Amino acid sequence: MAGPVFATDPEAQVSAVELDGLSVLFHAPSGMTHIVAAPAPQILDALRIGPADAGELLARLRAWYDFESDDEVADAVDARLEELEAAGLVRRA
Amino acid sequence: MKHRLSIQIGPVAFRIGSAWAQPLDALARLYAAYPEPEDGICDFTVRLEAEKPWRRYFRPSVAIRGDYILPDAAPLSLAHGLLAAEMGMNLQMALGQKRYLLLHAATVEKNGRALIMTGESGAGKSTLAALLGERGWRLMGDEFALLDMDSGMLLPFPRAVSLKNGAIAVMEAQVAPGRFGPRLEGTPKGDIRHMRPNRNALSRMGEGAMPALILFPRFGAAQAVRSVGAAEIFMRLTQASTNYVSLGRRGFDSLTRLIANNPALAIDYPDTDSAIGLVDDFWRELAA
Repeated sequence: MAGPVFATDPEAQVSAVELDGLSVLFHAPSGMTHIVAAPAPQILDALRIGPADAGELLARLRAWYDFESDDEVADAVDARLEELEAAGLVRRA
Repeated sequence: MKHRLSIQIGPVAFRIGSAWAQPLDALARLYAAYPEPEDGICDFTVRLEAEKPWRRYFRPSVAIRGDYILPDAAPLSLAHGLLAAEMGMNLQMALGQKRYLLLHAATVEKNGRALIMTGESGAGKSTLAALLGERGWRLMGDEFALLDMDSGMLLPFPRAVSLKNGAIAVMEAQVAPGRFGPRLEGTPKGDIRHMRPNRNALSRMGEGAMPALILFPRFGAAQAVRSVGAAEIFMRLTQASTNYVSLGRRGFDSLTRLIANNPALAIDYPDTDSAIGLVDDFWRELAA
């Protein structure tokens, strides 16, 4: 069963600076600044290809990165999506 | 307003109006060596008004007003009118400044490079900056660091240093009496005495400097130094900025550039001499 489909803002709308392995993001539409850790920036990058549900998002991430355990990554992606949605960095398409 | 005074402090011009002569007389003495705004145009206006019209005469109490106000700013007694003027000037800067990224920090300069010291109230940054200003450094400001968002340069804002409680005696032992304002006792912040920065600080108030080091001093613990990660500095400096949020992407870009280009250290110090020793050591290492 397909879950909700998520979308994010284009790169031009979100300035990102790497500090110490963390990413500091300025989200222009809201004017808010966020400090996020991996895999949040990677999820945003993958969503910039186009809106996707959690399964499709995981497939995109798998194409870029090597995972040891798909189950753990799937849980992490679900949890991060929920946080990113609460922060206003992703929304349901 | 019945009484008026205009003062230029670094790149910022203030006009202060008051219902009473007394706070402005004290302010005029404290800021005696400061220039008047060149074109007569002021950036910020501070007004010291009677809380209620009749209170100007009976148990007078000073309300701070200006272009930007905090609704719950409590009135001060007239005896603390000088403090009200200083707080009013700080408030206008904190709420109204849009030209510079404002950090609640003290800055000093040596050999053309600036040191930024920030930390919670009571961490001792004001006292440290005031002391360094008497020991071969130029005091750029004890309260606000003004970061120019285009050049990344820090601009001086050498207002009178606000010394609190124990710091008063420390500076009285080092600085000529003529540079002090009256001692204000029992204010909401404890005892306060203002100190005019020295001639070097005032004559060079138009001269900015590129930052070289960010320091988070903390008074009271055994001497210790640790480096601070960039993400932690970012978080601390956004908390130390009064206008970061309102500046949008320009504020983000200048703050991240400041952090990327400058090392940061947290220091604990048991007394001011050890802190000054540490700062001088850091500067020698940076120059080497």
